[in-house]
Amino acid sequence: MKTALERLYNGIIKENPTLVLMLGMCPTLAVTTSAMNGLGMGLSTCFVLMLSNLIISLLRKFIPDSVRMPAYIVVIASFVTIVELLMQAYVRSLYASLGLYIPLIVVNCIIMGRAESYASKNPPVASFFDGLGMGLGFTLALTIIGAIRELSGRGRCLASTSCPTRSNRFQS
Amino acid sequence: MSALTTLVVGIISAALVNNVVLSRFLGLCPFLGVSRKTSTAVGMGTAVIAVITVSSCITYFINIYILGEKYSYLRTIVFILIIAGLVQSVEIILKKKMPSLYKSLGVYLPLITTNCSVLGVAIDSANNGYGFAETMIYSVGTAIGFLIAIVIMSGIRERIEDNDVPEAFQGMPIVLVTAGLMAIAFVGFSGTM
Repeated sequence: MKTALERLYNGIIKENPTLVLMLGMCPTLAVTTSAMNGLGMGLSTCFVLMLSNLIISLLRKFIPDSVRMPAYIVVIASFVTIVELLMQAYVRSLYASLGLYIPLIVVNCIIMGRAESYASKNPPVASFFDGLGMGLGFTLALTIIGAIRELSGRGRCLASTSCPTRSNRFQS
Repeated sequence: MSALTTLVVGIISAALVNNVVLSRFLGLCPFLGVSRKTSTAVGMGTAVIAVITVSSCITYFINIYILGEKYSYLRTIVFILIIAGLVQSVEIILKKKMPSLYKSLGVYLPLITTNCSVLGVAIDSANNGYGFAETMIYSVGTAIGFLIAIVIMSGIRERIEDNDVPEAFQGMPIVLVTAGLMAIAFVGFSGTM
């Protein structure tokens, strides 16, 4: 219990991945055009981070050292695909506004970084809470940035997500 | 339009108008991480051009002939594995065959796997259903855009080093402010928003 709380505190405040470690800058700057977009991106990354940390930690004794990177990538990419399909089915408007950035969760440095530096060396429960803490820290940072940008750009906060991001507008 | 015009317009549009870093926010980690010196920035940019060109060529054929529409949900996982494998093998080949080039590019190669512009370009062209020529123009243009952006950034950062930056802006904040100003300048290519 103590490790769990310590991990959560570490992820959200002490080593906040966005604001302290400066990891995962692409989604941080790209999708935070509104607070809802930031929240959606943060929660989907949090989901992937939690489960990939858990699975990688469970498999840490079976994965040979020389092929650990491809193995981590397969685990992470599988969860990202699950998130992508779930979002496509249940939250279509959010999926449309996040667009390309959902599959790009795979290459988010935070997830790979936690797998390499924490989950591959620690027991499953601690890794799970490490992922949860990091994910919540990321979500918090993204939501705050999104809220500030939405407030200064459109003069409102936490409105619906239907506004496309800039990149989507370019593609259409 | 003749083929040459299409080529030039395509590359300019992908490299400058829709610059991958400054207007689409992809590949920011290496853009901020390895832009401290111009020489390293050029190395990183060149390595990205090579990897993006080869990887989008391979992923195009895999997507058309193996995945198709039926298994399109496997794109993310297959593409990232191809890119990771490709980067690894490029590293091994360079080490064996061209040691001098390996010395100058070697350190940046592993970083390219987590450069989202590589995967972004592959997924984007697959989702938009580009043909082979379009895919190649799009990916080469994007990679050139990355090189331009990271080289300009490193030039500015070398200048910043000598300046008296206020304490609150030292380190990352001034770099982010610089990137923001560059992004505003690049909006000029696409006109008003």
